[in-house]
Amino acid sequence: MSMTAIVRTDDSKPLLGFWIYIMTDCVLFASLFATYAVLYQNTNGGPDGYQLFNLKSVLAETLVLLTSSFTCGLAMLAAHRGDRRQTILWFVITFLLGVTFLTLEATEFRHFVQMGDSWRRSGFLSAFFTLVGTHGLHITVGLSWMLIMLFEVIHKGLGRITIRRLTMLSMFWHFLDIIWIFIFTIVYLRGAIAP
Amino acid sequence: MSKNKKIKSGVIVACIIIFVSVAVWYLIHTNIPVLEPKGTIGLKERNLLLFALALSAVVVIPVFFMLFSFVWRYRESKPKGKYSPEFDHSRPIEALWWLIPSILIAILSVVTWNSSHTLDPYQPIASKTPQMTIQVVAMDWKWLFIYPKQQIASVNYVFMPINTPVDFEITSDSVMNSFWIPQLGGQIYAMPGMFSQLHLMATSQGNFSGSSANISGRGFAGMTFVAHAASEQSFLNWVKNVVKTPDHLTLSAYARLNRPSENNPVAYYSKPANNLFVGIISRYMSLNSTASGNNSHSYNSAPTTEMMQ
Amino acid sequence: MIEFANLLGKLSFNQLPQDPVTAGGAATVVGGVLAVAVALTYFRRWKWLWKEWLTSLDPKRIGVMYIVVAVVMLVRAGVDALMMRAQQATSVGSSHGFLSSNHFQQIFSAHGTIMIFFVAMGLMFGLINLVMPMQIGSRDVAFPFLNSIAFWLFFSGVVLVNLSLVIGSFSAAGWLAYPPLSELRYSPGVGVDYWIWSLEVAGIGSLLSGINFLTTIITMRCKGMSLMKMPMFVWSVMGAMTLVVFAFPILTVTLTLLYLDRTFGMHFFTAGGGGNMMMYVNLIWAWGHPEVYILILPAFGVFSEVVATLSRKRLFGYTSMVWAIWAIVLLSFTVWLHHFFTMGAGADVNGFFGITTMIIAVPTGVKIFNWLFTMYRGRILLATPMWWFIGFIVLFTIGGVAGVLLAIPPVDFQLHNSLFLVAHFHTMIVSGVLFGYFAAVTYWYPKFTGFRLNERLGGYAFWCWLIGFILAFVPLYILGLMGATRRLDHYSASTGWWPLFIVAGIGAGIIAIGLATQILQVIVSIVQRKANQDNTGDPWNGRTLEWSTPSPAPFYNFAITPEVDSRDPFWAMKQARKKNEKHEPLVYQAINLPKNSAIGIYIGIFSFLIGFGAVWHILWLCIVGLIGAVSSLLVRSYTKDTERHISATELKELDHKARTNPKEGYA
Repeated sequence: MSMTAIVRTDDSKPLLGFWIYIMTDCVLFASLFATYAVLYQNTNGGPDGYQLFNLKSVLAETLVLLTSSFTCGLAMLAAHRGDRRQTILWFVITFLLGVTFLTLEATEFRHFVQMGDSWRRSGFLSAFFTLVGTHGLHITVGLSWMLIMLFEVIHKGLGRITIRRLTMLSMFWHFLDIIWIFIFTIVYLRGAIAP
Repeated sequence: MSKNKKIKSGVIVACIIIFVSVAVWYLIHTNIPVLEPKGTIGLKERNLLLFALALSAVVVIPVFFMLFSFVWRYRESKPKGKYSPEFDHSRPIEALWWLIPSILIAILSVVTWNSSHTLDPYQPIASKTPQMTIQVVAMDWKWLFIYPKQQIASVNYVFMPINTPVDFEITSDSVMNSFWIPQLGGQIYAMPGMFSQLHLMATSQGNFSGSSANISGRGFAGMTFVAHAASEQSFLNWVKNVVKTPDHLTLSAYARLNRPSENNPVAYYSKPANNLFVGIISRYMSLNSTASGNNSHSYNSAPTTEMMQ
Repeated sequence: MIEFANLLGKLSFNQLPQDPVTAGGAATVVGGVLAVAVALTYFRRWKWLWKEWLTSLDPKRIGVMYIVVAVVMLVRAGVDALMMRAQQATSVGSSHGFLSSNHFQQIFSAHGTIMIFFVAMGLMFGLINLVMPMQIGSRDVAFPFLNSIAFWLFFSGVVLVNLSLVIGSFSAAGWLAYPPLSELRYSPGVGVDYWIWSLEVAGIGSLLSGINFLTTIITMRCKGMSLMKMPMFVWSVMGAMTLVVFAFPILTVTLTLLYLDRTFGMHFFTAGGGGNMMMYVNLIWAWGHPEVYILILPAFGVFSEVVATLSRKRLFGYTSMVWAIWAIVLLSFTVWLHHFFTMGAGADVNGFFGITTMIIAVPTGVKIFNWLFTMYRGRILLATPMWWFIGFIVLFTIGGVAGVLLAIPPVDFQLHNSLFLVAHFHTMIVSGVLFGYFAAVTYWYPKFTGFRLNERLGGYAFWCWLIGFILAFVPLYILGLMGATRRLDHYSASTGWWPLFIVAGIGAGIIAIGLATQILQVIVSIVQRKANQDNTGDPWNGRTLEWSTPSPAPFYNFAITPEVDSRDPFWAMKQARKKNEKHEPLVYQAINLPKNSAIGIYIGIFSFLIGFGAVWHILWLCIVGLIGAVSSLLVRSYTKDTERHISATELKELDHKARTNPKEGYA
């Protein structure tokens, strides 16, 4: 989707506006990544990433989220075809995958807290919980939005405005996927390397 | 009408002249520490300031001249010059004012880069006299000075022999403060868990006031101290006196001192507890001991091993 | 943490003001609000206020509301400034003034916060709303409803700041609240939380505005207006909004992290526990320095318009000006460290940031020379906006020199956090930002009210501001050189500072008279509006599209969407008219404009509840606010009937009326 194409269509303004919004969200995450990079060694005598992270469950989270991006893409293809049933089906699958991701993440968080390694423990853990948690919060927002859009598709079908909203939702969802890849690499993979 | 106007402008001009002369008279008779430094670093910083000011004048004077002459010449009520409403660009003229400021800034940049290095506060001052170390702790709301070699300490008063480079090693046992003795030279932040350094050297005798330049809470305004500079001999005499002080700066005495207090009077201690300064820093240290921090000489670095002894 | 479970969180009756000075502040706020409410009831203006203003999505109306709020805040923060000056003029030696140190610290924290976020930002967004859509030949902004939300978020921030005068207290940690002082351990009250949440809420509003205006400029320019034909004000807004979009998320993150530290025991910026306070200072200035340019770029744009119009000449060096703006935009993200050379980052780092800082002086200098050459061979009308411009050049150049001095790290070591620094940034912001917006308000005032501001009082106000400013701030430069640090509530008599503080106090008083004169100017102008009426729609012999409409500008801006083919389109149009070139017949077309919506207000109220709940740790209030805000958004998303249709014939009639009798056109 090139810029010129967007500007010419009737939906140019909202879509451009949403792109700019996503850019601001990128800056937001960039700030959190920078914070994490500054603090990840400040373990304050507590555990570091190497001791803490369980790569297996993180890998599962990653696969679930990547798959959900794929199914979200399928849903959008169906929406552009005007196939309401397929659209709903793929969005439901995307939604369930999103919920699975969130559950896995919540389990991980709860495990850490139960071991006494909460966000209060050290600068490193504060940064970790905030960065990953902010992504999780975005996923929660995305899921709520998806739920609303599912109702809209069911009740109103696939009109121009609905398609536009779905397009924004899918942009948001793919964006979160990209952010997760950064989190996976910078937080988890790097953390898994022995210090 | 015009006579009235003349009287009016005459009165205004007279008022301005009187005001300015009073101001000038006052300023001449007042001590302006930053412009009248009594230390080597302060002197160099002052000269740098004056140099940059002079260089800026190269741009400022033409700007003022152009502003006032254009406004006067082309005012609509009594225009003098030509009117060219379409004259809206000129490559050579515009190139000129991209170029001239760039050249000035280039000159200043070289000066900035060099002076940042020569006047780096972490840089020891070259001198025949060996340098002396004074450890400084910003507290709520007072300054503690520890003389590790002399085994004494003082509050809100620091004595330094003249023409001896002093290495101030600075930290905070509270919030962020800034250690500043304007007449001797620039300031540096005092931060908990960190160690910063400031090298100063007094070149003449006197009492110089120092303060915290960064807000630190309720008693901030009272965080002033006196930096006294005098001869080596009188410094040694002073040390001899303070050493006799019965108040030892033990850990418990330090804990008492560390309670928040405002406008703290000057106080003296002898025999500061071993490694007191390093201990204060390490209370806030947060790096994992196994993790490798970046140990540049700059902020965030742990105290050097030399200090640990 | 535990308080979150309580019904009222940390709130209790003890939080009401206890001593006479704070009680006075509280009484002023409460009294002011009550007086407005009574006046509205007495004059039966509630319905009018609601229908014509509060719920309006017309950017011109929203713009005026921004400016009104900003002016009220200017008075509030101005009173803060007077109290500070009075304290410092009286608190010397054995006398301790009339303020406690904590109260004094709250006052300067509030002064800085309000002046930047609620005065400068408010004036800026107000002017952009008023002028930018008209200058690009558009009837509206890209997202009119978002515009309303942004305003109401801004207003919620204003309410939170001022509420701290009545319930609880404000932050005493300075306008940027450096930790660890702003951490819970050293600032246990709600002051810092008020600071965090008023900025958080208003900051999100600013971010939304940034997205909105950027989209507007990119997608809604009228036919023929290529980028290089945009008025300079629009260019400067585009630069500023680009900065908003990149800088404000950093502020949002920084404030959130500080709140997490304070509320959930995290360790981002704490002393000990693995926190790093220097990270806060870096983050806040990574937003803070661009913020300075966010404020000043639109003011530069204003001066570009004012100088060209009042010199009766085309703007000199248009292309240079555009490049200068974008050079400033880019460079403004590379200089933040110059705010803390004294942290000891090492000579290489300091040297680098010192140099980048100086480089910004080049594009800024280019702009000044271009303005000067715009006057060269012009015909300069010495009206109030021009006076503000002249004052700006004088002060800004002086402040700029001080800035270059401060950019040299070793010199900065001697001047940092001294009153020299305070004088420097006031010179830049007052002359650059405030004078710019004063010029703008005077210049565009007739376009939105239909009558001009009184020139004579405008001149008096200018001279009060200029003389007052010099008297108030030249002593501060000197005091800085004398070793006086900022934010002192008391100093010893032996310092010799006292006479200079007295002069500075007198200066502040003269500035206050200037501000009062401006308020009087508006009142007098309203009373004498018949005499000052602008019947032409073009009182300054303007050059850009907004002057082609009748004054006051009708709600649809342009009856017929303009088409342009040059930089100063209205000027060109007038020249063509003089040459009697043929008129094209007017073809009216039906248009749609947004209907009023109250949902923006509801979202503002709910955001206020979130902020208030977060300050006082009242969990249920936060939840109510969140649910309310989200539901309001949903309601709006599924409202179909949001637009008002105006047929071609209706528009033709309206336009005819507006051109013959301006007052009636403003339906």
